[in-house]
Amino acid sequence: MTVLQLVDTYWLYFLVGQYPNGPLGGLVLTLLLAALALALALPFGLLLGIARVSPYRAVRWPVSALVFVVRGTPLLMVVFWAYFFLPTVTGKKTDQFSTMLIALVVFDGAYLAEIVRAGIFGLGRGQMEAARSIGFSYAQAMRRVILPQALRHMLPSLVNQFVSTIKETSLGYIIGLTEVSFVASQINVQVFTMPAQVYAVLALTYFILCFGLSRFAFWLEARGRRRAAPGRAAARGIPT
Amino acid sequence: MSFDSSLLLAGPYHTMLVAGLVLTLQLTAATLVFALPLAIAVALLRLAPVAPLRWAGAGFVEAIRNVPLLAHMLFWYFGAPELLPEALKERLYAGNIEAISAVCALTLYTAAFMAEDVRSGIRAIPAVQMEAGRALGLGFLATMRLVILPQALRVTVPPLISQTLNLWKNTSIATVIGVAELMYQAAKVESATFRSVEAFAFATASYLSVSLAITAAAALYHRRFPVRTL
Repeated sequence: MTVLQLVDTYWLYFLVGQYPNGPLGGLVLTLLLAALALALALPFGLLLGIARVSPYRAVRWPVSALVFVVRGTPLLMVVFWAYFFLPTVTGKKTDQFSTMLIALVVFDGAYLAEIVRAGIFGLGRGQMEAARSIGFSYAQAMRRVILPQALRHMLPSLVNQFVSTIKETSLGYIIGLTEVSFVASQINVQVFTMPAQVYAVLALTYFILCFGLSRFAFWLEARGRRRAAPGRAAARGIPT
Repeated sequence: MSFDSSLLLAGPYHTMLVAGLVLTLQLTAATLVFALPLAIAVALLRLAPVAPLRWAGAGFVEAIRNVPLLAHMLFWYFGAPELLPEALKERLYAGNIEAISAVCALTLYTAAFMAEDVRSGIRAIPAVQMEAGRALGLGFLATMRLVILPQALRVTVPPLISQTLNLWKNTSIATVIGVAELMYQAAKVESATFRSVEAFAFATASYLSVSLAITAAAALYHRRFPVRTL
């Protein structure tokens, strides 16, 4: 059996798992999980980030502790906590997809919170003071002055975060979620004789996906820099 | 079910968990020993004056960084040994192949990230330093060793410490190929005793305290050796 025959036999299983005769799996499940996790982690991270710079200690301290704990432990630890404790909280068995999704949202949320916090700190205190002094409330100043500036350059780092999230979904393998790494090892068991080739194809798949996306982020960043160049801004009549 | 700390303080489960912690520390140390020189070599490749060498360096970094560590682990444990000649394979399987595969995967993965930090550290040193070194008659490697690297290291150590923190957390993934590190032992104790809270609390506290120590080391370094600007 050659690599080409291997791909020819198993490509559909690799892409979608047992779907439509069984649950969705494979590469499509990986992408779905990563996209959903990032979409949910964004508002969560934004909230945590704002709470991290809150003037109230009662808000700032517990959230800072959460962010610290999550960033100091491996993602796998968060997955294990979610796997064993979600059922005791909700009272029924949580499936692997929701477990992984919740672990990823908490984990990525903590990391995004730090990006948001750094963006807010990077602006300097003057912005908040100026906004407050012209009569905005704290919430208004946050929404209309601080966040639009702090989040403006986030798009490229969001694409990079998506790349990290795709890589993180591979941990679903450990709790038996049928994402692409799990499917690859299933294929490996069925074929039995070519483990190196099966896992090389898996690695190549991740590589094409993640490398393509990170090039896209690089392009976005370069475009952002060109647009922010003083020459262009002056041409559009924006004072610099 | 209340929190039973006696389980963690003595007895067979205590021994298992501590053995896991020790192995996790050993994995981190062994990986660092191999990854640091590899990272410096790759960074130098990426800055080499010859284009094919630069491409090789960039190829290494991109190929490794864009594949999840778990896929690296699976490849080095299940895949790579099959490609080796029979005699070597038998010797590998007789030894601790899980740990060797894990260190291989962790070394390559960590080195790819560290190489980028070393490279940006070197690039932070103005080009005239290289030109001055070359003008004095030093070769490319001699200038690197005597002029550029001593200055670049100061800028590079803080990001390298934060990569070490990532490495510390990444060792947990070695559990998928059956390395008996901390996460593996915690899961084993959990399934043997059904004391999930205790087992995972031990693992979480261990990960956190070493992470805290690494973060403190970074802060200390930053205070002792602030970056000098030219």
